[in-house]
Amino acid sequence: MTHRALFLLPALLCLTGCQRETQVEVANREKILLVGNSSDPKSLDPHLVTGVIESNVIRALLEGLVADDPEKDNAYPPGAATHWEHNENYTEWTFHLRPDGKWSDGAPLTAHDFIFAYHRLLHPELGGPYAEMLYFIKNAAEYNRGEITDFEQVGVSAPDDLTLKLSLKEPVPFLPDITRHYTWFPVPRHVVLKFGKMTDRFTKWSDAGNYVGNGPFMLKDWRFNDRVETVKNPNYWNAANVKLNGVRFIPVENFFTESRGFLAGQLHTTYQLPPSLVDKVRATTPQFLRQEPYVATDFIRVNTTRPVLDNPKVRMALSLAIDRKLLCDNIMQGNTPAGTITPTMGDYKPDSVVSFDPERAKALLAEAGYPDGKGFPRYKILISSSGSRAAVEALQAMWRQTLGVMFDITSKDWGSYVSSQQSLDFDISLAAWSGDYLDPTTFLLMWTKGNGNNNTGWHSDEYERLLSEAAVQVEPAHRLEVFKQAERLFAEAQPILPISYRSRNYLLRPEVKGWHPLLLDNHNWGAISLEP
Amino acid sequence: MFKVLLSRFLQSVIVLFVLYTITFFLCKAMPGDPLSSEKAMPPHIKKVVEEYYDLNKPVTVQYANRLGKLLQGDPGPSIRLEGRPVAEIIGQAFPISFQLGVIAMFVAITIGIPAGCIAAARRNGLLDTLSMSVAMIGICLPSFVIGPLLAEYFGRKLEALPAYGWSSSNPATWVLPAVTLGLAYAAYLSRLTRAGMLETLSQDFVRTARAKGVPGWKILVRHCLRGGLIPAVAYIGPAFAGIVSGSLVIETVFQIPGLGRHFIKSIETRDTSVILGVTMLYGMLVILANFLTDVAGIWLNPRLRKSA
Repeated sequence: MTHRALFLLPALLCLTGCQRETQVEVANREKILLVGNSSDPKSLDPHLVTGVIESNVIRALLEGLVADDPEKDNAYPPGAATHWEHNENYTEWTFHLRPDGKWSDGAPLTAHDFIFAYHRLLHPELGGPYAEMLYFIKNAAEYNRGEITDFEQVGVSAPDDLTLKLSLKEPVPFLPDITRHYTWFPVPRHVVLKFGKMTDRFTKWSDAGNYVGNGPFMLKDWRFNDRVETVKNPNYWNAANVKLNGVRFIPVENFFTESRGFLAGQLHTTYQLPPSLVDKVRATTPQFLRQEPYVATDFIRVNTTRPVLDNPKVRMALSLAIDRKLLCDNIMQGNTPAGTITPTMGDYKPDSVVSFDPERAKALLAEAGYPDGKGFPRYKILISSSGSRAAVEALQAMWRQTLGVMFDITSKDWGSYVSSQQSLDFDISLAAWSGDYLDPTTFLLMWTKGNGNNNTGWHSDEYERLLSEAAVQVEPAHRLEVFKQAERLFAEAQPILPISYRSRNYLLRPEVKGWHPLLLDNHNWGAISLEP
Repeated sequence: MFKVLLSRFLQSVIVLFVLYTITFFLCKAMPGDPLSSEKAMPPHIKKVVEEYYDLNKPVTVQYANRLGKLLQGDPGPSIRLEGRPVAEIIGQAFPISFQLGVIAMFVAITIGIPAGCIAAARRNGLLDTLSMSVAMIGICLPSFVIGPLLAEYFGRKLEALPAYGWSSSNPATWVLPAVTLGLAYAAYLSRLTRAGMLETLSQDFVRTARAKGVPGWKILVRHCLRGGLIPAVAYIGPAFAGIVSGSLVIETVFQIPGLGRHFIKSIETRDTSVILGVTMLYGMLVILANFLTDVAGIWLNPRLRKSA
C-alpha cells in the first residue's frame, strides 16, 4: 500500500493540476493581454519614478497631451489634447484639451490637473527624482532648485479649463514627443489631495482601489512581485476603440523563466529574450521571435581622471581595437555596431567616428607611450552582476590581442556598481543608456559638467557651447547639424567607447495585433487587440 | 516547564536584539547607496529624499529611531518600493512563503518518512539501496537544477502544470515548486528516519516483541515509529523555518511572490527597512520553530520529559 501511494502521489498531483486551457488561451477569451514586465514597479506615482518598467504600467493608467502612435515613432496623435500650436520659435505652446476628457472616476480632466501635476513634480519638497524632464519649461529648474518660490513665475498657465499654455526657456521643436513621457502626464488633483498634501511623498492615492487615471485602463490590483492588473477604463475618451478588457503586467525577473513561461502559454509577450536563446528560438519557434531597434546604446564608460586613461589617444586606441561586428554577431545578438553614443533618430544621423582598425589602434597606443602595451597599467573593467560577462570577456581578449594590454574584470551588485561609477571609483565600466524621447538631447545633455549621469570626469567647454548653440536654434535642420558637430567632438574625445546600438530581443504571440516595432518601445496599450 | 518557557523567552529577546543590532550595522557597512539609480538624482532632490527616509541623521540616531519604531511593530517604509510600508510588503509576501513552506514540508514528510521506514524495515535490501540512492541524488542535486528541469518538462513540454506563477486558490500552481522544494528535504528526512528507525529496531524490546510473534508491521508502526522519528522531528522544525525563509531559488525559478525575493532585492538595493523587517521575522520564525521542535522532542522522548 505504502509503495503504491509513493508511486501514485506524483500522478495524483499531476492529475489535480492538469490544465485544460493555457493561461494565454484563457486570457485570449477574456481579452486580457499578458505582458512580461521584468520587475516590480517602484511606484505607480509618475512623480516618484524614473524607469521603463514603471513607464509601461503608467502609460496604461495615464495619458499625456499627445498619445503614442501604435505604428510610427514620428506621428503625434491626439491624447488628452485634441490639437496644439506653437509660436514661430517654438518657445510658446498652447494645448487644447478635449472637452470630453475625464478621469476614470468621471471627474472632468482640466488644464488645472496638468498644472497641478507640474507644480507637484517641480516642488522642491516632493523630491521628484525626474523633475529635470520638465526643465524645458521656463523657470522650472529655478523653482525646483528653490531659487524662486513663486510657482506663478513658472511658464505654465491655464487661461481656461481646456487650454494649457507652456512657455519654454528655449526653442523645443520636439515638445510633442517629450509630452509623451510620463513626467508630463496629469495627476488627479482631487484624488492626490484627498489622501494627503500635494508634496507628500507617499500616500495611498496611488494604491489599487484609490488610483484614478485618464488612460485607457484602470488599476485593479497590484500584488508585489506577482502582477499589476489593469482593466478597461469606461471613462476613457476613446474607450469605444479599446479592444482589450485589461492588461496584466507580470514582473518575471529571470528571463529564462520568462521565456519558458511564454513557450508554455503563460504570456503574450516577454520583456526580453536572453541572447543565448535567440538562435534556439529562431530554429524552433521563429514565429514568436522579435528583434527590433531600440533607442539605447551599450558603451564602455571611461574614468578620464585616471592616469593613462586621461589621454584621448589611449581611449581612441582602446575604441579602435574593438571589433564591434564580431561582438554583435556572436554575443550581443540583434544589436548593431555603434560608432557614436546617439543612435539614428529620424533625421538625426551622427557621423560614425570609430570602427575596428587594429593598425591605427596600435599606432595610437605607441604614440601615447605604450608600444605593444608595454608599461600600460593593469586596469579593471567594472560590470554589474547582471551585466554581460561574455561581452567584457570578448573585449578583454580583443584588447590583449590587438594592443597587448590586459584588463581584469570586476563584478559588483547593482547598488555598488552604480555608486562606484557616480563616485568615479572605477577605471572603466560596461554601461548602457536608453533614450527617454526621440531627440539627440536625451543622449547628449548627460555629458555636460556636473551632470549626475556623466560619471566620466570628462567635460568640454566647446562641447557645451555647441549644445547651448543648438538649444537656441529655431530651424530644425540647423539645430541637428550643430548637434552633429557636438557629437563629433564628443566622439573624438572618447570619454565613452561606443559598442552597440541596442536591439530589443523578445517574444510575441501572433494573436497580438496592433503591436508594431517602435524605437522607444512605448506601445499604445489602447490600440492593441487579441485575435486568436 | 514554566521556568523553561520563561528562560526561552528571555533568551529569544536577547537573540532578537543582537540580531537587529548586527543586521543594522552590517547594512550600514555595505558599500553603495540606497538612493542610487541608473538615472542619477540631482543633489538637491537627493537631499529631500534622504530626509524623508531619515538617512540624513547620524547612524546611531537612525539605529535608535528604527529600533523604537520596530518595538511598536512598525518596520518603516521601503525605499525600493517608494515609501510602501514594510509591514504591507511582509503582509502580502509572507503568507505565500508560508503556504509554499507548509506544502513543501508536507511533500517532504509524506515522501521522506515512509521511504525512511521502508528502507529501515528492508535494511540492506533492494528497496533500502534504491530509496537511499534516490535520497542521495535528491540531496546532491540542487533545487536550481531540479526546478528548471521540472518546469521545462511538466510546464513547457507537457503543458500539464504552470511553468511558473503562484495562486493560493489554484493547486496546480503549487505542485512544481512544492515538489522541487520538498524533494531535497524529503531526501534528508528519509535518511534521518532510516537511521532513527534502525536504532530503535536494534533495541531489546523489539527483539522481545519479535520473540512474542508480534507482526513486523506492528513492531514498526506501534513500537518503533515514535522513538524512530525523534531525529526526523528534531530536523523538521529548523527545516521548516529554513524552507519558509530560504526558498529564494524556488521563488525565482517559479516566479513566486514570496518573501525571499523581497529579501534579496532589498539587499541588492540597500533597502535597510525591508532587510531589517524580514531578518527579524526570520529570526522569530527560527526561534519559534526551535522551540516547537523542543516541545515535540519532549513529547516523543520520555527521558527528556522527565528532565523538563
